[in-house]
Amino acid sequence: MTQSVVVQVGQCGNQVGCRFWDLALREHAHVNKKGLYDEALSSFFRNVDSSKCDGEAHFVGGRIQHLKARAVLVDMEEGVVNEILQGPLREMFDSTQLLTDVSGSGNNWAVGHMTYGSAYREQIVDKLRKAAEHCDCLQCFFLIHSMGGGTGSGLGTKVLSLLEEEFPEVCRIVTSIYPSAEDDVVTSPYNSILAMRELTEHADCVLPVENQSLVDIVKKIKHMSHSGKPGTVIRRESAIISGQGGLIGAEKPFDAMNNIVANLLLNITSSARFQGSLNMDLNEIAMNLVPFPRLHYLVPSLTPLYTLADVSVPSRRLDQMFSDAFSKEHQLIRADPKHSLYLACALMVRGNVQVSDLRRNIERLKPSLPFVSWNQEGWKTGLCSVPPVGHSHSLLALANNTCVKTTFMELRERFTKLYRKKAHLHHYLHVEGMEQSHFSEALSSLSSLIEEYQQLDATKGRLMPDAPRLRIAR
Amino acid sequence: MSVVTVQLGQCGNQVGQQLLHSLLCDAQDGQRKELCTASRERFFHQDTHGELVARAVLIDMEPKVINQSISRAARSGMWRYGETSHFSQKQGSGNNWANGFCVHGPAHREVVEELVRREVERCDRLSGLLAMMSVAGGTGSGVGTYVTQCLRDVYPKSFILNHLTWPYGTGEVIVQNYNSVLTLAHLYQLSDAILVHENDTVHQICSQLLNIKHISFADVNSVIAHQLGSVLQPALTADSQGAYSRNPLGELVSALCCHPEFKLLSVSSIPQVPLASMAYSSFSWPSLLKHLRQMLISNTKMEEGIDWQVRPPAAAERSRSLTAGSFNTSLANVLILRGKDVYSAETAGFEDPALYSSWLSPQEAFSVWKSPVPFNKYEKSATLVSNSQALLRPLDSMVGGAWNMFASRAYIHQYTKFGISEEDFLDSFSSLEQVISSYKELR
Repeated sequence: MTQSVVVQVGQCGNQVGCRFWDLALREHAHVNKKGLYDEALSSFFRNVDSSKCDGEAHFVGGRIQHLKARAVLVDMEEGVVNEILQGPLREMFDSTQLLTDVSGSGNNWAVGHMTYGSAYREQIVDKLRKAAEHCDCLQCFFLIHSMGGGTGSGLGTKVLSLLEEEFPEVCRIVTSIYPSAEDDVVTSPYNSILAMRELTEHADCVLPVENQSLVDIVKKIKHMSHSGKPGTVIRRESAIISGQGGLIGAEKPFDAMNNIVANLLLNITSSARFQGSLNMDLNEIAMNLVPFPRLHYLVPSLTPLYTLADVSVPSRRLDQMFSDAFSKEHQLIRADPKHSLYLACALMVRGNVQVSDLRRNIERLKPSLPFVSWNQEGWKTGLCSVPPVGHSHSLLALANNTCVKTTFMELRERFTKLYRKKAHLHHYLHVEGMEQSHFSEALSSLSSLIEEYQQLDATKGRLMPDAPRLRIAR
Repeated sequence: MSVVTVQLGQCGNQVGQQLLHSLLCDAQDGQRKELCTASRERFFHQDTHGELVARAVLIDMEPKVINQSISRAARSGMWRYGETSHFSQKQGSGNNWANGFCVHGPAHREVVEELVRREVERCDRLSGLLAMMSVAGGTGSGVGTYVTQCLRDVYPKSFILNHLTWPYGTGEVIVQNYNSVLTLAHLYQLSDAILVHENDTVHQICSQLLNIKHISFADVNSVIAHQLGSVLQPALTADSQGAYSRNPLGELVSALCCHPEFKLLSVSSIPQVPLASMAYSSFSWPSLLKHLRQMLISNTKMEEGIDWQVRPPAAAERSRSLTAGSFNTSLANVLILRGKDVYSAETAGFEDPALYSSWLSPQEAFSVWKSPVPFNKYEKSATLVSNSQALLRPLDSMVGGAWNMFASRAYIHQYTKFGISEEDFLDSFSSLEQVISSYKELR
């Protein structure tokens, strides 16, 4: 089995990361009854013998002594990381995995990327190297960050380009939290667009998540659980927003939303951690879902959002789960894939689901989903036998769909509103290494990305003739 | 003479294990000692404790499937794999042919060649190498092709037969058409014969003939193992002069693949009934052979749904391809009959010149192998290995799908980053268009 390393950068990145580790432990505790350090655990955790002074990791198969997360935590303020280190998860991280500073990036991408990026370059590479060395066979880096701020956005994308430089063969999957329109950070459009360019050029796969979608999902679940109708009581720990059963007790404000993203990461890595009849390795995700190198933005959607507590109410039919995965309410970005063009789609199923169920549902849903002409059969499927905590089965759909262009176009609009007036620009241009050309280049990178999606979109609905085949001279 | 089996990737390792198992079970079952000895010698050798050890090498880029195959074999109590006859890594090929062929293959070349060499040296006489793999993924297809290339270099005079499993049409891997095209184009230059099973066809056999409700890959693999086993289990051939043939791969290749442009072989087997119904079924050679012949002509792989309207064209019509659509022209056929009263079976129907292209006389194009010992509990069974237009349509749709994708250059960057260029793709496409054209023109 292979290992993955999680790199969490900035306030948002670290908070989501913290939820991820909490829920991951909960999931493994649920499955691993014997307390043995197995292959599944080793993909995200090291097993360390704390009595030995250099804490050499134990081999797979032994008893769990002391689990350490395969993670690197980076933040230019101390608040969030300190909180983690004072909480129940503190034992999972040792000081060699942390990088902090005191003053923060002031919501300024340039400060994060240029100033801190160059100041901490050596240290970051060093910590990444150490994490990689602990791995037998490192397959993937997961980067978690937000786009709207300064550290996650600026330093986070710097880390991304360092990952590409130092570990070119290791897959880079980035989970990026995009700001909503009413974001309280005024310069978030600048930060986002500057970061977008880095994502387009250096990431293998990006899972964009919009805050607004998370808010909507939280609202929906809270509404459901408070509706008081009989038969609608939700099993607490099954809700996708719940941290129930994890180590950290009290729930904090953004926890519900962050739990959703943590669940996304758990589901995408489930096939890499647990056995199944049709394993989907992480490198297969990039291989099958990314037909063109820059078009690697995958729309995630998760179902089910919760299971009902009352077991006498029949659980929602399996087929309903598949239909839900393609409904807007379960997507983590606000976009309309059904009316745009699918380039490819992956279905990662967990739990007791058979290949025949999978095939049947694909046949059923295919007619209503427009696929690009050269990829009519563009489905990649994976089956993992271990369901998430509180559910009997679940589904994560990752769609490479041209609908992301609307998200990007909105972002571009918000950017242009500020840029036209040169609002706040001086904060950026004062930073050493930052120039106006960075802005214009980032903008044109985004525009050409949108253009690529437009061109594919233009083929939608048109009957594309088969390309004429090679003819053999006789 | 012995056959060394090289199992590559998940599919190759799963099917290979089932094949060896069913060959051994069948040999032990049968009453004839001579057959049993011949079969065992062909696929197994005895270690110092008298245990049967397979003449096989297991290769995969991740360990799970190999471990499963090895433990399944050991659990049978009848045979096992050699303790050191396997090689695996930690991380798979990511469904990427280029990763398998350009990176993993070369990286592990020496180890793999060494493993095969050890098995080959253990054989008194080597009949040839059987490489088993799928074409849709990354390891079986990419590493499998590279290994075949190495084997061709190291054993230039030996027969190499590749057994390929073609994926379901509604794919489970999006880039399966690319992987298939690259594999087939390369193997065509390296292999002596390419024997193909299609998942879709075998799946239909499972559901319609064997009445299996929830079909798993184990069911599919067991049908493939049965069909392949009925070809490879020893039989009496025209050349073997009353003894069991000692050169199965050589005889198969010389009977069927007389022209380098025509190497694709398909297999049909009759009867295929659920085990539970066997006691209630009786078969007659005339009926079995009549159905099998029509299956050949109308290109149906099952004894259900045969189109009896299809007839071979009369001699005068042959130059005008009137019935080009439904009639399946053969280049050559090998019919293998096993079971009771096998010497009374009348096979003249297969010697009809109308079935064949005009280059070979029916005597040259058609061979019969016989064995009086029943195979796999079927009192009478007939298997046809055919070099014909049967695989033309699936091959054409595979190439068509890949070409459409290639026209948009979709996914190509995933291959170029490992060293396969657009030129390589174009070369593979032209080789296969050539093969398609040759089979289409077969008259």
